Amino acid sequence: MSIYTTPTAIQRGGFYLGSSPWDVHILGGEDMLRRMAILAILLLMIAPVLAQDNVLTLVTHDSFNVSEDVLAQFQDETGITVQILRSGDAGTMLNQSILSKENPLGDVMFGVDNTFLSRALDNDLFVPYESPLLENVPDEFKLDPENRVTPIDFGDVCLNYDVSYFEENSLALPESLEELTDPTYKSLLVVENPATSSPGLAFLLATIQSFGTEGDTTYLNYWADLVDNDVLVVDDWSTAYYAEFSGSSGSEGTRPLVVSYASSPPVEVYFMEAPPESAPTGSIVADDMCFRQIEFAGVLANAQNPEAAQKFIDFMLDVPFQEDVPLQMFVYPVNTEAAIPEIFTEYSAIPEKSVTVDPAKIDANREEWIQAWTETVLR
Amino acid sequence: MRWGRKNTGGSQTRPYRILLLIPLIFLALFFFYPLLTIFGISLAPEGQLNLSAFATVVMSDYYRETLWFTVVQAVLSTVLTLVLALPGAYVFARYDFPGKSLLSSLSTLAFVLPTVVVAAAFSALIGPRGVVNDALTAIFRLESPPIQLERTLVIILIVHVFYNYSVALRIIGGFWATQSLRMEEVARVLGASGWRLWWHIRLPILRPAILAAAVLVFIFTFTSFGVILILGGPRFATLEVEIYRQATSLFNLPVAAALSLVQIILMFALMLIYTRLQRQTATELQGWVARRPRNRREWGFVIANVIVMAILLFAPLLALVIRSLTGHDGLTTQFYQLLSSNPRGSVLFVPPVQAIGNSLIFAIVTTVMAVLLGTMAAYLLAQRQSRLSRWLDPVFMLPLATSAVTLGFGYIIALDEPPLNLRASPLLIPIAHTLVAMPFVVRSVLPALRAIAPGIQESASVLGASGWQIWRLIDLPLISRGLIVGATFAFTVSMGEFGASSFIARPDTPTMPLVIYRLLGQPGATNYGQAMAMSVLLMAVCAVSFVLIERLRSAGIGEF
Repeated sequence: MSIYTTPTAIQRGGFYLGSSPWDVHILGGEDMLRRMAILAILLLMIAPVLAQDNVLTLVTHDSFNVSEDVLAQFQDETGITVQILRSGDAGTMLNQSILSKENPLGDVMFGVDNTFLSRALDNDLFVPYESPLLENVPDEFKLDPENRVTPIDFGDVCLNYDVSYFEENSLALPESLEELTDPTYKSLLVVENPATSSPGLAFLLATIQSFGTEGDTTYLNYWADLVDNDVLVVDDWSTAYYAEFSGSSGSEGTRPLVVSYASSPPVEVYFMEAPPESAPTGSIVADDMCFRQIEFAGVLANAQNPEAAQKFIDFMLDVPFQEDVPLQMFVYPVNTEAAIPEIFTEYSAIPEKSVTVDPAKIDANREEWIQAWTETVLR
Repeated sequence: MRWGRKNTGGSQTRPYRILLLIPLIFLALFFFYPLLTIFGISLAPEGQLNLSAFATVVMSDYYRETLWFTVVQAVLSTVLTLVLALPGAYVFARYDFPGKSLLSSLSTLAFVLPTVVVAAAFSALIGPRGVVNDALTAIFRLESPPIQLERTLVIILIVHVFYNYSVALRIIGGFWATQSLRMEEVARVLGASGWRLWWHIRLPILRPAILAAAVLVFIFTFTSFGVILILGGPRFATLEVEIYRQATSLFNLPVAAALSLVQIILMFALMLIYTRLQRQTATELQGWVARRPRNRREWGFVIANVIVMAILLFAPLLALVIRSLTGHDGLTTQFYQLLSSNPRGSVLFVPPVQAIGNSLIFAIVTTVMAVLLGTMAAYLLAQRQSRLSRWLDPVFMLPLATSAVTLGFGYIIALDEPPLNLRASPLLIPIAHTLVAMPFVVRSVLPALRAIAPGIQESASVLGASGWQIWRLIDLPLISRGLIVGATFAFTVSMGEFGASSFIARPDTPTMPLVIYRLLGQPGATNYGQAMAMSVLLMAVCAVSFVLIERLRSAGIGEF
């Protein structure tokens, strides 16, 4: 019955002294207190006060994922129980860990990328650990000589395009960032705001590295040209990809170019309703058009269980986890021994020459770069 | 602490007063302590207070513009919401018509949906390729879609009204239904009608409820985050959006803390004004008997309001349902079926039953805590003569005005030692939800509580009723409408909440909104379809729960 139709007790003549069997259950006095106490005890019981001996707590972000059987194998072999703690995006996770570094939330952290790396290192978040499996990892991924962090996976932020749009309009794909300012590509591109989105920041960094910050023409001139060419900026990846990009299936979007990941086209195919004859989207992996993101793991300083944390890092570098990474987190393994799923090789490619920026430089200039970008593009 | 002598009734004995302190202790532990800790670390990192961040914020044109925009859009949203919801509240309080209870329950559904999903629903409806634009383009043979609201202030306002309509409808309607008709009848006899009746009789009677609803809607839209980010786009920013950017992306804690403080102080000032404005009304409570509309005019008024609600609230929801059932080749239920499959065998996979279960457990715990604490708080605030209550009232609203990311950081550093080592406890989620839900209970219960004429309780007391009997037989029936409205919103807040819980480090107990966000974080048609399907399930679970909450009342409290 609606709250608007039930007459109050008084209106009904009101002195209904016999109480219904329901009332105490809803808001009774002593009974209420007793129920509260029971409830509190129950809540404490479901709290994860794990009394097991060997528990490892993994601190990570919301995008972390692994196959059940791969993780189970680690727990079976080592006798370590893994508890996963998540908190928001990579930035939130990192900042929470910095704030709590004297009394850390867990033992090992996964998910710091190269754009946040120096913030983590400068705050002495990790202690060094050199995994024997690092010998299978190319040197380009090892950004910390002291091994306070271990590279686990990488991905490239690249433009994705709507295959049928480019075919129907007989349009050539842009082969450099400069070409995006060409009138041919007017009103075609949607990008994410670097202030609120990680692929957005990656793409900004690619333009900064390509066009520089000093001299007569800088990345800001480039962005002013992009604005003249009617680039669309939205705040997050989901909005860009699902609402504005025309290539994602069922999308109502109108823009055939979007800043996404090199791995998005195979994932798009993987999650299609039925296997397609040809892929609906593709990624543009031309030289200097993509920004490389590398994700790291590290043993947290002051960890309760550092031995287990080291074992977990070995596990993440080992082939089973590394081969699990593409289809769970849509990134590429750093271990050269790990095989890449066919769907990834069929529908995407790893850029031969990605843009990278020194992590220390990113951290030192992030605020200034984003601020200047905001002034140029959004005002 | 000084308690006023003249209380609401004669039922207040000492242990009872101690009970009233519980909500304050709750706030102190889970709100002020973590918040002050994070402010301390942010503004006095080396133990020395450093206010340079404040200077930056105050001196900057950018922040002043942000603040200005924040206020303007909140004022506009609040006014629009009230103007649209007031006639609706009248119709619901006054008339009985088929489907009424269903409509009132369903109106609250909007409140539970995550912003991403609402954005998708509006896009399917009035986006450039949405149903409405397609139809208009076809009918009038237009070149381009006539409705272009993307990333405009207009769409922000529309969605704010969409979200908050039910807040105003239910708070005002719930209060209205308890008010005596006599004044209105007298006025009618004296010849008042039309706008005079509204202006001189109805609005003054409703003032407490209108103010209560306005304050809630204002705070909600002032701290708007998702709607601004997703529908407004990067050109619009509220203080809340700025705080998030400063805290997570830039890790500029001093500026984030300064902005949070500015927001909290502004909201506190607003609430202080509100409590001053709120006259202590003690009208006779008789309750309005809803009746069938009698003539064409009355039917017309009812139907017009139902149409407004249908367009505003239900068309987007319907668009969502249709979207969740539409695949590449037409109608399909495959997205619903896919929700329960885990082809990748991932640990992140959550069967829908489990997500529904998690959401329901958190929501039930939140509702119970919020109703208990909120009712106690309302009693505390209803102590008429207490000067303290004028200051306390705004305090209970503060959690609504506090940025989730700031409080999330506070939890990490403040609640990290036994006996309060709650950082990784699933309890933190219902606690955070209760902070947000409690103000709804306070605002729904307080107007009714203040309207109870003290005479009734005193008479009962003289006649020998015990405090407990008085509460159960007099107070409870009178505040039960408010309680139900408060409980419904507490439940809804918890079911739909995503922001606060995502800023807390938590073990994996995924709720329905979290599953939706995860699905939308990956490319692929089936992910998108599943996100829509999960949203429809979220609405369905809430709709069923609303009906049960209403039942609870008619079966229990209403039966005295």
